[in-house]
Amino acid sequence: MNRLTEQQLDELRALCPGRVLAGADIPTDYEHDEMPIYGAGHPDAVVLADSSETVSQVMAWAYRQGIPVIPRGAGTGLCGACVPVGGGIVLALAGMNRILEIDKENLTVTCQCGVLLMELAQAVEAEGLFYPPDPGEKTATIGGNIMTNAGGMRAVKYGVTRDYVRELKVVLPDGRLVTLGGKTAKNSSGYSLMQLMIGSEGTLGVVVEATLRLIPLPRFFRSLLVPFPDNRLCMEAMTKLLAQRITPTAVEFMQEAVIALSQEYLGRPFPDHSAQVYLLLRFDGRTLEEVEGLMEEAARLMLEAGAIDALIADTDERQGGLWTARGAFLEAIKGSTSQMDECDVVVPRDRMPDYFDFCAALSQETGMRIISFGHAGDGNLHSYALRDGLDEQAWPRTLQAVMDALYDKAREMGGQVSGEHGIGRAKRAYLAQSVGEDVMALMRGVKAVFDPKGLLNPGKVL
Amino acid sequence: MKLLVCIKQVPATQQVEVDPETGVLKRDGVLSKINPYDLYALEAALTLRERLGGSITVLSMGPNQAEDALREALWMGADRGVLLSDRRFAGADVLATSYTLSQGIRALGGFDLILMGRQTTDGDTAQVGPAVAQWLGIPHAAWVSRIDEADASHLTVSQELARSVETVRMSYPCLITVEKDSFEPRLPSYRRRLAIGRGEIDVLGLDDLEDKNPEHYGLSGSPTQVERIFPPKAAGEKVLLEGADAGQALAELLIRQRVL
Repeated sequence: MNRLTEQQLDELRALCPGRVLAGADIPTDYEHDEMPIYGAGHPDAVVLADSSETVSQVMAWAYRQGIPVIPRGAGTGLCGACVPVGGGIVLALAGMNRILEIDKENLTVTCQCGVLLMELAQAVEAEGLFYPPDPGEKTATIGGNIMTNAGGMRAVKYGVTRDYVRELKVVLPDGRLVTLGGKTAKNSSGYSLMQLMIGSEGTLGVVVEATLRLIPLPRFFRSLLVPFPDNRLCMEAMTKLLAQRITPTAVEFMQEAVIALSQEYLGRPFPDHSAQVYLLLRFDGRTLEEVEGLMEEAARLMLEAGAIDALIADTDERQGGLWTARGAFLEAIKGSTSQMDECDVVVPRDRMPDYFDFCAALSQETGMRIISFGHAGDGNLHSYALRDGLDEQAWPRTLQAVMDALYDKAREMGGQVSGEHGIGRAKRAYLAQSVGEDVMALMRGVKAVFDPKGLLNPGKVL
Repeated sequence: MKLLVCIKQVPATQQVEVDPETGVLKRDGVLSKINPYDLYALEAALTLRERLGGSITVLSMGPNQAEDALREALWMGADRGVLLSDRRFAGADVLATSYTLSQGIRALGGFDLILMGRQTTDGDTAQVGPAVAQWLGIPHAAWVSRIDEADASHLTVSQELARSVETVRMSYPCLITVEKDSFEPRLPSYRRRLAIGRGEIDVLGLDDLEDKNPEHYGLSGSPTQVERIFPPKAAGEKVLLEGADAGQALAELLIRQRVL
């Protein structure tokens, strides 16, 4: 890989004065994402982008020069998608963080790509509106959410990021700025390149601006914490619940082992310890009657399906306690071990009981601590393989065996490699195995149309 | 062991509006919940009952709808709910409220340990608990952050005071008011809710109490009269002073505002 010459650096600085970091001035943060296990890379330069024009100019220039560009949001990804493994220019987009418009007639919000999810949620909720996608990482950028088609806890009822994107302004690898999609409620106008862009992990273009669909803010919320005597009963109850068309906003699966870690991490006790496994359900709606009705129906069904009880969280304090505990899982698990790897496979919902049993058996068999939690309602379990006391030799060997087994099992069940975290750098081999050569060839073809020189975020996804 | 927990129904939202005309809290259409501090008291009682055995009575004073709060306490695990409700109790201040509660407690035959939340989130006085103990002539400890020891005759608790933690040992009967976050309150059980259903709540009126003099209750028993309730004025005005003259301008502003 060519390093940038001094002359090239000067040209870059002239393009965006005061916004270029190089050499020792580059903070190490730009070398990795949230999963350092997938490797790091040192960028030759970082451009702190402040406008679509800057992005466009830098990309046009880099394209002519043959220099790779790696777009980066908040760096909270979990698959190494924003890591500059072969050097190049990191295009730091977090500074483009303005909310441009909240359109109360069309129920849309238009913002720059660097707006954080939590900032967007706060801004639209202040107007009585609601952006339903709810990925766990609230300090991720909207651009990053779009690029990974992030999901989150409310996907059971509301769907994922993809379902809420109306329009994208995208800078193509050669610097051209195009608009994909539109503010319209429907669109049947040619190939949906916008949908292709969503989930492309910064390999096809750089989203600089997005218009997202909003819905009216639900006014009432209830949660149920449902303890079960065992995993199987728990998973089966969940399948029954969703088959009854009682649609909770969220259906999360949690084990006492993770709850205990979360409790310790937060320094705040959890309100129940009667079981080894729990479902955490949330309901929302426009009227109290509607929400209470749903909750009671679900509670009855859970008891019929073998739940120990159904515990009612009906106030802000009660719900806050439960969801704060749930929100801390990832950090709590991270803090409990020396190193970890994660698997974010998604399987058809009715296969969850089997997939979960498989994870438990695999943990037994390999002796590796595997902690799973996650979006049970979507068939999307996050499994974490933890290093704990494994030595230099045993860790990579056991990890490889565990990961291969998890992905094999998911594929056998008709599942997908990633439910919501993406492929990035880490899971390319599993993607290729999962979709097969014909589909991979189509994907490579698509990449070549957008980026014939292969300069935008190279070495990712494909 | 006979345990009593006093609870109050408060507005479910943190932002309760005050009617600017009448100065009264706008309670219409506002959902209610159990005062969050009281949940910690109830949890402490449930934990003690698990260890020492006995029964838990939950007591509230308020209009009929306060039965909902008592019922919820039953779903959390309490054994009996009692509501002190009478038109003549209305408009009570701290003194009359604590007196009414103490009369109710006497009518119920007394208890080994009485638990309350440190304060309510609507009245915020934190005085009712200690006042009830005074009326009953029993020892109390407020701001309890931890129950260190409890057996059939004594209780040792830690009180979170401004600059120190004080540990006290009391014999029954006694009263404690507990801090928030001292215990994590359990959630109401849907299974218990199905089993208990609407559940019978015992209602006591003035005529059921030992002191039947209406002058000692409600508005007439309250030496404090609230003249006006109003939301504090938000100090929203922000003045930005810039440039070389900012110091001079600031001094002038402070003099004008009579700060200097």
